[in-house]
Amino acid sequence: MSDQDAVFGHRGNRDASVVNSQGKGTIDGTRPSGPVGQGRAGDPFLIGEGMTGGYGKGPDILNNCTIAVEKGQIAVIVGPNGAGKSTAMKAIFGMLNLRQGSVRLDGRDITALNPQDRVKAGMGFVPQVNNIFPSMTVEENLEMGAYIRNDDIRRTMEQVYDLFPAVAAKRRQAAGELSGGQRQQVAVGRALMTQPSVLMLDEPTAGVSPIVMDELFDRIIAIARGGLPVLMVEQNAKQAMMIADKAYVLVQGANAHTGTGHELMQNDEVRRTFLGG
Amino acid sequence: MDILNALVAFLNFVFIPAAAYGAQLALGALGVTLIYGILRFSNFAHGDTMAFGTAITIIATWGLQSLGVSLGPLPTALLALPIGIAGTALLVLATDRVVYRFYRVQKAAPIIFVMASVGVMFVMNGLTRLLIGVDEQRFDDGARFLIAVRDFREWTGLAEGLALRSTQALTVIVTVIVCAALFWFLNRTKGGKAMRAYSDNEDLALLSGIDPEKVVRMTWIIAAALMTIAGVLYGLDKSFRPFNYFQILLPIFAAAIVGGLGNPIGAIAGGFLVAFSEVAVTYPWVKIAGYLAPGWEPGGLLQLLGTEYKFAVSFVILIVVLLFRPTGLFRGKSV
Repeated sequence: MSDQDAVFGHRGNRDASVVNSQGKGTIDGTRPSGPVGQGRAGDPFLIGEGMTGGYGKGPDILNNCTIAVEKGQIAVIVGPNGAGKSTAMKAIFGMLNLRQGSVRLDGRDITALNPQDRVKAGMGFVPQVNNIFPSMTVEENLEMGAYIRNDDIRRTMEQVYDLFPAVAAKRRQAAGELSGGQRQQVAVGRALMTQPSVLMLDEPTAGVSPIVMDELFDRIIAIARGGLPVLMVEQNAKQAMMIADKAYVLVQGANAHTGTGHELMQNDEVRRTFLGG
Repeated sequence: MDILNALVAFLNFVFIPAAAYGAQLALGALGVTLIYGILRFSNFAHGDTMAFGTAITIIATWGLQSLGVSLGPLPTALLALPIGIAGTALLVLATDRVVYRFYRVQKAAPIIFVMASVGVMFVMNGLTRLLIGVDEQRFDDGARFLIAVRDFREWTGLAEGLALRSTQALTVIVTVIVCAALFWFLNRTKGGKAMRAYSDNEDLALLSGIDPEKVVRMTWIIAAALMTIAGVLYGLDKSFRPFNYFQILLPIFAAAIVGGLGNPIGAIAGGFLVAFSEVAVTYPWVKIAGYLAPGWEPGGLLQLLGTEYKFAVSFVILIVVLLFRPTGLFRGKSV
């Protein structure tokens, strides 16, 4: 970037007749994975422990932050804006450099794996935005979710359609033409197609109507009751805590309160600061 | 009025040459649009990479000819084509490794890739000339004509003759096959869908377990095949001169943008649109007018532009499209 770029309003980078910025990625796909280590005895199913780090060479956003989820449970991360909720989730998924701490999944230490290998290790991740392939059909979106699988994916696809009947009716339609709520369903469905051993959702209800939100929460509970552990970041703290087996309140990138959803709802300080009295 | 003769003259001087040229542009534009859609920049080195691929194919053709291998009525270059494609693929993969990958790791601004491709263009330019020289090379062998002018006259009894060169027919047939194969690959296979997914949303493709570097490599290999095939067909139809391949870059970009960058169907339509406009505007229509309106003696040749101005046609089309329909005819990605 030269000084001239600002003067000309980054014109070159906005000229779609020579460059295509649509769908450009932010994750470094060239980073190779390191070795997988041993987990520790008594670990939860998935744990990001003592995570400290930030994006690139930037300042630390997470400070000794620990997030864990047990089998068959729902864990939620809540907190004020800018607390590092999404960042914590991305750290668990290997999208930022951890200066300290480790991530362990199902008895393995996967701290050194890059995101694409974490998918293969069994993690399913649904980003908050840009979580579908807009020009591809719903069915192709689901197929791409199952990209790493070589077995028959039709059964899983039927399960996803059973879970989300609204999108089943639109399987031949481009996913970009669907409503916000249906897009979220496609996004969750895509992640389920991998048959992950843990599902991570970054604000799945952002920007959808309250009715759709309730429906999505119902589906997420159904997924967790089916045995798949769910870790999610949520803006709607109250609703999230109601369905959470475990809740983490983050403040400035560090754990402020941890407990079951019910416990935290009873906690005066949590109620005063996050739940509006 | 002599409609038959006018039609034959039209086919002979406008339709057939424009169809062959359009097919060549379409293949070139497909490569440009593929790189734009998936690697996200306009590849200025496209024309010179085409030249490089053609040069390798020509050298392989000479090798085959000296061994006495030939394809009978078909040009030997078809047999040498896989070698050309393989050589070009290796070169573009090496270029990606030493040039573009560096910027990909940095997540560099997209315009930087465009500028890097200009640099690559100059290098390819020199490389091709070192390899085969600057002179014109003719490497078409086999049967020259499917339909010769004299045969056609005798056959139909018309005054106007029609020639269909075998390279022209070959160009169109190969283009149809290549396009069909490409569309089948992009829409029906796992690898093709992964490329489209990467084009739609890089991060999500990665989160689905698609290896981005593999998609990039696949794109380069397919683009190398498209470039080499387009270059060889162009060279067979006209003749091979490295400089012509630099010049053809403009009509190729015009074709890709007219059709809508990032849209393969648009690239094909754009290729034919540009080719037909170019030929129609630079063709002296006086002969056809003479058949259609006998007795009318126009003062000039009824030629809108001299052939030396043919590239102006691409420019005008490019400017008009960018002004009035910047997303192209088939709604590409440019805005």
